[in-house]
Amino acid sequence: MKRAALILLPYSWLIALFLVPFLIVIKISLSDIALAIPPYTPNLDLSAGWQGIKDFVSQLDFDNFKFLTTDDLYWKAYLSSLKIASISTFAALCVAYPLAYGMARAPDEWRPTLMMLVILPFWSSFLIRVYSWKAILANEGLLNQLLIAIRVIDEPLQILNTPTAVYIGIVYTYLPFMVLPLYSALEKLDASLLEAAEDLGCTRFQAFWLVTFPLSRNGIIAGCFLVFIPVMGEFVIPALLGGSQTLMIGKVLWEEFFSNRDWPVASAVAVILLLLLVIPIVLFQRNEEKQREAEG
Amino acid sequence: MRRLSWFNATSLTIGFAFLYLPMVILVIYSFNESKLVTVWAGFSTKWYGELFRNEAFLDAAWVTLRVALISSTLATVLGTAAAYVLVRGGKFFGKTLFSGMIYAPLVMPDVILGLSLLLLFIAVGLDRGMLTIILAHTTFSMCYVAVVVSSRLVSFDRSLEEAALDLGCTAWDAFRSVTLPIIAPAVISGWLLGFTLSLDDLVIASFASGPSSTTLPIKIFSAVRLGVSPEINALSSILIGFVTIGVITFSITTKRAVVRRRREENAT
Repeated sequence: MKRAALILLPYSWLIALFLVPFLIVIKISLSDIALAIPPYTPNLDLSAGWQGIKDFVSQLDFDNFKFLTTDDLYWKAYLSSLKIASISTFAALCVAYPLAYGMARAPDEWRPTLMMLVILPFWSSFLIRVYSWKAILANEGLLNQLLIAIRVIDEPLQILNTPTAVYIGIVYTYLPFMVLPLYSALEKLDASLLEAAEDLGCTRFQAFWLVTFPLSRNGIIAGCFLVFIPVMGEFVIPALLGGSQTLMIGKVLWEEFFSNRDWPVASAVAVILLLLLVIPIVLFQRNEEKQREAEG
Repeated sequence: MRRLSWFNATSLTIGFAFLYLPMVILVIYSFNESKLVTVWAGFSTKWYGELFRNEAFLDAAWVTLRVALISSTLATVLGTAAAYVLVRGGKFFGKTLFSGMIYAPLVMPDVILGLSLLLLFIAVGLDRGMLTIILAHTTFSMCYVAVVVSSRLVSFDRSLEEAALDLGCTAWDAFRSVTLPIIAPAVISGWLLGFTLSLDDLVIASFASGPSSTTLPIKIFSAVRLGVSPEINALSSILIGFVTIGVITFSITTKRAVVRRRREENAT
């Protein structure tokens, strides 16, 4: 009895507040927009019994999805999200790898402190960390002031409200997600392997490329997924740093819902976004499981 | 002791400078006299004064704090139960679906979670306000708690629980006096994680909140969308200060607890 209650409580919570809402999204994505409250049609009328359900189902169609393919905005936004997520994942890897490597090679007694220094920004507000770049990247901002002062440039560069600002923002905020799996992979690395490689005539770079890098593969894969997947649906960073010219699907969904009030199209955008993410999510799960098996 | 090579020392310095400089600059400029955030005009604490006279921010902060406290506590109870049945519950109908529902919210974009919850609240006719934000935050926080707690449950020695049961404990007693103390650190970190996630969340709260209840991130977002403001810098500095103190205290106390436990183990 008690066991059943223990299972039912979290189970029914998740069904009511995760699964059912999701089914509602799918349903509304197949509905039509209407000038009503709620602003879509048809509504399921259970009081009409079986006939009501049949009427309801017959009114559902894929018009919203067809609409997404006809309007440039949407597929451009999907492609642009894909591009931004790929480039910034790669950039985050390039920034995080030396940092994680340095941490793994640091003296043992430093490591807990270094770990804490990486995790600390993760606990402080995401929104504030994105916002902190606004004052740095603005035309009259600190970066431009510095570059002009050291005479690298004469005119301030336009960085804020461009894709570059979005890349910087993403790399900055998602860096801990990349550093932590890399660090845990690099930390386990046996230093004697490197010594062996050098004894056998490798240069230090060759030893890194032939030994360290392949052995940190799992960390690289995990880190890339942990950055790529959430960045695909990112809204805050393009909204604050990207200006109007940076197109990302999370932002399109938000505007479709809050500004255009087109709920069926917003739901269709959400369904497609999720379908795009299913592949990387499944690959990520499989990688994690393989790793767990390898360790266990 | 190993020495750091110059390469590693440089990459650590640059890496941490990148992580911390923006926040340091933000805090420094919160003490700027000028209304222009990028021009330094002398030291002043006037923006902190302005902030504490701003009723709208204080109200939002109070709503946010209550939402975070209630939702993270609910999430801890639900998440711990979920972790327990996942790891110890044996087989039951729909277990794959259950574990899928635990892991999915962790990777799903916030915009989708927020949108789907809002559509649910409208479909069942629930007025949007503090209650709906709490429901929404509890749902995603409980998944984080479940993951943190279940990783602890997987790693601990099951024979301790079995011994308690053999010695005549009921299942509930065994859970309370054996399992719970062992998984307590994970439960506490789960709670803290849920608490900070709730404090921090903008996207889901924007979908779930109504005109009557605004949380601090929503307030900050609508203010900074227009541009940089010294008041927001002051507010951010206070939040960064709280987090820093919290994390450092937490890590020192857990470190002490580990040292103490090790000493006790050595003594016996």
